[in-house]
Amino acid sequence: MHHTAILFLELGGVILALGILGALALRVGISPIPLYLVAGLAFGTGGILPLATSEEFIATGAELGVILLLLTLGLEYNADELMTSLKSNAPSGLVDLVLNAAPGAIAALLLGWGPVAAVAMAGVTYATSSGITAKVLSDLGWIGNRETPVVLSLLVFEDLTMALYLPILTALLAGVSLLSGAITVAIALATVTVVLVVALKFGDWIEKFVASPNSEVLLLKVIGLAMLVAGLAQQLQVSAAVGAFLVGIALSGELAHDARALLMPIRDLFAAVFFVFFGLQTDPAKIVPVLWLAAILAFVSMVTKLATGAFAARRAGIGRAGRVRAGIALIPRGEFNIVIAGLAVAAGAHPDLGPLAAAYVLILAAFGPLAARLTAPLVAALTKAKPATH
Amino acid sequence: MEIEQTALPGIGLKHEFTTHTGRRIGIVSHRSGRRDLIIYDRDDPDRACESVQLTDEEADALVELLGAPRIVQRLNALHREVEGLVSVQIPVTPSSPYEGRTLGDARIRTRTGASVVAVVRGDQVHASPTPDFGFRAGDVVVVVGDAENTAAVADILADG
Repeated sequence: MHHTAILFLELGGVILALGILGALALRVGISPIPLYLVAGLAFGTGGILPLATSEEFIATGAELGVILLLLTLGLEYNADELMTSLKSNAPSGLVDLVLNAAPGAIAALLLGWGPVAAVAMAGVTYATSSGITAKVLSDLGWIGNRETPVVLSLLVFEDLTMALYLPILTALLAGVSLLSGAITVAIALATVTVVLVVALKFGDWIEKFVASPNSEVLLLKVIGLAMLVAGLAQQLQVSAAVGAFLVGIALSGELAHDARALLMPIRDLFAAVFFVFFGLQTDPAKIVPVLWLAAILAFVSMVTKLATGAFAARRAGIGRAGRVRAGIALIPRGEFNIVIAGLAVAAGAHPDLGPLAAAYVLILAAFGPLAARLTAPLVAALTKAKPATH
Repeated sequence: MEIEQTALPGIGLKHEFTTHTGRRIGIVSHRSGRRDLIIYDRDDPDRACESVQLTDEEADALVELLGAPRIVQRLNALHREVEGLVSVQIPVTPSSPYEGRTLGDARIRTRTGASVVAVVRGDQVHASPTPDFGFRAGDVVVVVGDAENTAAVADILADG
C-alpha cells in the first residue's frame, strides 16, 4: 500500500476511535483523558495494534498538543489575576506544593530512581488538572460555591508554579553538570520573569499587534506567536510549554476570549493526540507490575489534596462541608502530570516512570470526578445532620 | 447592605450578599456573558443549592422586574431628602374626567407647576410619560412638586 494511504488509514482509525471513546466518556460522565490514554496503550508499543507509519506524525502532533494546552490555559488568565492570586494565596499555595509534591518525590527516592526522577515525580503528584477540576465544578453546580474561589486560586498558583518548575525540570533532565545546570536554571528563571514583566507592562502592545476583526488572521497570529515563543523558550532550555503559557498570559480580555474560542477545537484534536502519544510510548505490559504502586500513590496524594483543600478553605473561613468539597475538587490529575512525565520519559528517565505516571493519572483522572459525584450527597448529609446532633 | 465581590480566575466575577432574612444570594458573571443566579443553602451557607443560568435577555428581564417598583420607592425616599418636595401617587378612578384621555389634555404642568414623573400600570412603570400617553382607570400617576400643587393635580384628575 502507498505510504500516504497507510498514514491516513492509521490516523483516521486512531482519531475515530478517540471520538467514539469521547462519546462514551460523555455518557458515563467522566473525563475522556483516561480513555485516550488507554487508547494509546492499546495502539502502541506492546499494544494490540502497533502504528508504524503515523507514529512520527503523532509525535509532532503531541508536541503541538502540549503547546496548545498551555496556550489556552494561559489565555484563561491575565497577568493581574495571577499576581493578585499569588499575593493573597501564597500560604495555601505553599502548603499545596509541599504536601502534594512530597508523595511523588518520596516514592521516587524510595524506589532508588535518583534525585532527578524525584523532581519529575514531585511534579506528577503535585499538579491538579485544572481542566478536569473546572469541568467537575461546572458539572456539579459548584461554581457559585463559596469555596470555589479558593480552589480556583490554588489552580492559578499551581499553573504559575509550573512556569518556574518546567524550566528547572528541563534543565535537570538535560543532565547537565551542577554549575552549568545552575546557569541554565538561572537563565530559565530570568527569561520567565522577563516575559512575565513584559506581559504585565506591554500586554496592550502585544494585543494591538495580534488583534484582528478577522478570526482567520487572529487564529494564525496567535498560533504563530505561541509557536515562535515556544521554540525560542525551548532553545533557551525554558521548555516550549512554558513559552506558550506565557504568550497566553500576555493576551487578555476580549481578545483572549475570542482567541480561546477559536483555538478550542484545534486544541481538543492535538491534546487528544498528545494523550494517545503518551499511551503509545508506554508498554501496557509494564503497567501491571507498577499498578499497586500507582494505587498507593493515588491514595496518598488524594489524602494530601483533601488536606490541602481543607487547609486553604479553612483559611478563607469556609465551613466543614465546604472544606471537604474544596479537597475533593482538587483530586483530579490529568494533562500537566502527563506533560511532566512525558518530558522525563523523553529525556530517558527510569523505565518505570512512564508506566507509573500513566497508571497514576488513569486512576485519578477517572476517579477524581467520580469521587466528587459520589461524595456530594455524603457531604450534604454531613451538614444536614449537624443541627440534629446539637 | 454589603455586596461582596470575588474574582473567579478563568471564569469571571462573583457578587454576593446576605438578605435581611439571613439568606445568601449571589450572581456569577461569566466572561462569556452567561450569568448564574445563585441561592445559598440555609444549612451550608457555602454551598449553592440553586444555580439558575440566565442569558443576557433573561438577566435584563429579571433586572427590570426587580427594579421597576423600586423607582417609586426611590422617589418617595427623594422627597424625604429634599425639603418641600413631595411625590404623591394619585390613582385614576373610572369616574375621572381624564380616564381615556391623554396626559397632554390634562395640561398638568401648565396648570399646577407639578410634574408627572411616571405612571404605574399594573406591574409596569412608564417612566417620563409623553403628552400623548393615555390614562386608563386603575393607573397610578406619580407626581412630584410641593404640597400645594400636587394636591391641585389630585383635584384635576378627580374632577377636571
